[in-house]
Amino acid sequence: MLGRLTLEDFKHDFVQNGAVASMVLGGVGLIALIFYLKRWKWLWNEWLTTTDPKRIGIMYIVVVLIMFMKGFGDAMMLRAQQAMAVGDSQGFLTAGHFQEVFSAHGTTMIFFVGMGFIFGLVNLIVPLQIGARDVAFPFLNALAFWLFTAASMLVLISLAIGKFSTAGWLAYPPLSELEYSPGEGVDYWIWILQIAGVGTTISGINFLVTILKMRCPGMTLMKTPIFVWSILCAMILVIFAFPVLTATLFMLSLDRYLDMHFFTSGGGGNPMLYVNLIWIWGHPEVYVLILPGFGILSEIVPTFSEKRLFGYVSMVWALLLITFYSFVVWLHHFFTMGASPGVNTFFAIMTMVIAIPTGVKIFNWLFTKFRGRVHFTSPMLWFFAFLLNFTVGGMTGVLLSVPPVDFQVHNSLFLIAHFHGMAIGGLLFSLFAGFTYWFPKFTGFFLDEKLNRYAFWCWLGGFLLAFMPLYMLGFMGATRRLDRYGVETNWHPLFVLVAIGAVIILIGASIQLFGLFWSIKNRKKNWDHTGGDPWNGRTLEWSIPSPPPIYNFAIIPTVSDVDPLWAIKRGEAPPARKDYEDIYIPKNTPIGMYIGLFSLIFGFAMTWHIYWLAIIGLIGILVNTIIQLSGNDEHDLITAAQVQEMEEARIRGNAAL
Amino acid sequence: MNDSMMVHHTRDKTANTSTPDPYQDAFSKTVFGFWLYILTDCLIFTTLFTTYAVMHNETFGGVHSRDIFQLSTAFTETMILLFSSVTCGLSVIAAVNNERKKILGWLIVTFLLGISFIAIEFREFSDLVHEGHKWDQSAFLSSFFTLVGTHGLHVSVGLFWLIVMFVQIFIKGITIPTFRRLVIFSLFWHFLDLIWIFIFTFVYLMGVL
Repeated sequence: MLGRLTLEDFKHDFVQNGAVASMVLGGVGLIALIFYLKRWKWLWNEWLTTTDPKRIGIMYIVVVLIMFMKGFGDAMMLRAQQAMAVGDSQGFLTAGHFQEVFSAHGTTMIFFVGMGFIFGLVNLIVPLQIGARDVAFPFLNALAFWLFTAASMLVLISLAIGKFSTAGWLAYPPLSELEYSPGEGVDYWIWILQIAGVGTTISGINFLVTILKMRCPGMTLMKTPIFVWSILCAMILVIFAFPVLTATLFMLSLDRYLDMHFFTSGGGGNPMLYVNLIWIWGHPEVYVLILPGFGILSEIVPTFSEKRLFGYVSMVWALLLITFYSFVVWLHHFFTMGASPGVNTFFAIMTMVIAIPTGVKIFNWLFTKFRGRVHFTSPMLWFFAFLLNFTVGGMTGVLLSVPPVDFQVHNSLFLIAHFHGMAIGGLLFSLFAGFTYWFPKFTGFFLDEKLNRYAFWCWLGGFLLAFMPLYMLGFMGATRRLDRYGVETNWHPLFVLVAIGAVIILIGASIQLFGLFWSIKNRKKNWDHTGGDPWNGRTLEWSIPSPPPIYNFAIIPTVSDVDPLWAIKRGEAPPARKDYEDIYIPKNTPIGMYIGLFSLIFGFAMTWHIYWLAIIGLIGILVNTIIQLSGNDEHDLITAAQVQEMEEARIRGNAAL
Repeated sequence: MNDSMMVHHTRDKTANTSTPDPYQDAFSKTVFGFWLYILTDCLIFTTLFTTYAVMHNETFGGVHSRDIFQLSTAFTETMILLFSSVTCGLSVIAAVNNERKKILGWLIVTFLLGISFIAIEFREFSDLVHEGHKWDQSAFLSSFFTLVGTHGLHVSVGLFWLIVMFVQIFIKGITIPTFRRLVIFSLFWHFLDLIWIFIFTFVYLMGVL
């Protein structure tokens, strides 16, 4: 009846019980709070059933915040264990639990923090920057969000029920095969990634169509903001890479559920086929994460240097080249596979070549600042830290691309230091920069600048302390995923240093979290009184009020310049149309949420082999899909007169201030 | 064909052809989006084809493709699927001319052809299993069942979708949304045909060599 689920699966050690208890209490507390405030109806109408990308973007960021806390908690446990478990001391985690924690940490941070944060910002900013009122497929947008949320809920459930995968964030076979991982952990991992992956593919299609089909009049591709270009390239990568992930995970699950022999060590299977396939997805995925980061900084640097972006065309070509090259470098993740020197050399050279377009971008940002009026706001601070960390991380990346060097340091902490330099110092710092930069756009008020600066210095100092020693430890021979080591290695002082760095980052992250709530509480004081353009912005999102009205643009703009708002400010823009028009807004629908819920049920049931429940989940998904596919494309109409009324009320309101 | 021509072809007198019309917009966006979906599905099949190519000779002492494939069955399946593509296309032509009975008729023919394809494939699979050549015997058989089975799964989903389209057109006739859905259904159906051509060539024809 309950498949493999038994009472034993609810029993955990002390540390995990604490995490589960705080999670359950937090959830119950939140629900109780909503009841207390009588906000269910508001929540349902304004948020849960919405198809408005501005709302969906904010919901993405809320889920990301929760997942970030989980992933960060995992990281702190790893750091604490490695600082303690030296010599005879065993630390506080068993080997098995340690493996679960590092697998969960990687999975959470890549799929639910990195990807989620990016899709949050994409939802918030891309339609505004291209002068559009909505995305191409509003329903699919909501559906993608709910699939993302369902998958992240499954991550949290895996904490409370049963065990998570112990096979690392990419679940290499044969370890991830039934023979060596008979438990539910790898199945959890597979279904979490399948659900999130389908959502990501849907988003990829949605935003590619949005960017290619819905740019406002006059915005040719070579007049499109670089952030939009970066998202365009990232979505192309999503569309080409994620189906490979879906198919690969599908084959791994067939191995595990139907005893097939794709990646098993026996039966003619080939584990290295999995490793190749997963990195054919995995390397483009790396660029899905970092390209939007490049895009964000390409918006911030010109704005805060009061100069036009240096080398717009080369920036676009650099993005396109990186997009292409990212598909021909996957083998550098496993030079030690034993491919012939010719093959390794090809992939090594391709990997080094990628550094060229990336270098072009770095120099373009530097030249943008050259003789500009640079404002040292917190987004710019994040940019400077990015520059340092990304360059160091990039250089060590080029080192790793040399096969003889890679043979020495692969799978060591040197590698961990490299890719955390890119993921934190590169991606996360640029996301923080973008979040701070656009925060007043989608809320109407600023984040507290003083707290931002405190948080920034903690993050930068903590990051350097937590990851630079890892380069040294890598050279000293420390491998990744190490749950204990001997005294004679002399690694202990460095591991302690690393743990101190992690604590400093924790302080920074706590200041940010506090700062977020503090700024919301004091929003009156931090209100943006400029009417939506606090930074002297260049692009269209700053031409409309903050937060934007439901229809974004009362009148669809016509642009003739890469920096349309600056063109307006200089009086060089084409005359704006004055006539309001009827606006269609897609109706709210709960179907996306229902499909997400049934996907969660399906994923959970498949993990535990509860097949009747899986069938219920599948039927639920099908029925909701049919209902959606049989609808009549219903829209709410805002008439031109209503638009005019709303716009005039806003102008009167601004005048009153 | 641009949007306003599409609206014209539906012969919907109530259709509003002045902008902004969410319906008109929706057609070109949906069709483009669906082409992108087909691209992603193509990549899933590409991965499975690649795996099949790698696994083709990994028989683990069991049967080889030469020993088990019958070209006659595969050829029959090919013909059935090709004809179903023709009938599916005819139903779209009927939709452009707004002839409801013809649309429904051709959809029924398409369905019958599709279901007989599935029946033959199911028979082929169950014969293989009964002869002891199940998917867990070797990597070759795993990749064969997965590649061909995934195509079969797509055809089954297509048949299910066809029923939904049939009911919609039966009840609502050709409206702007149902026309759009019929067009993308037919794109999907032709795509499955294309994948089958590759399966027939790479799996069956080259498999018996």
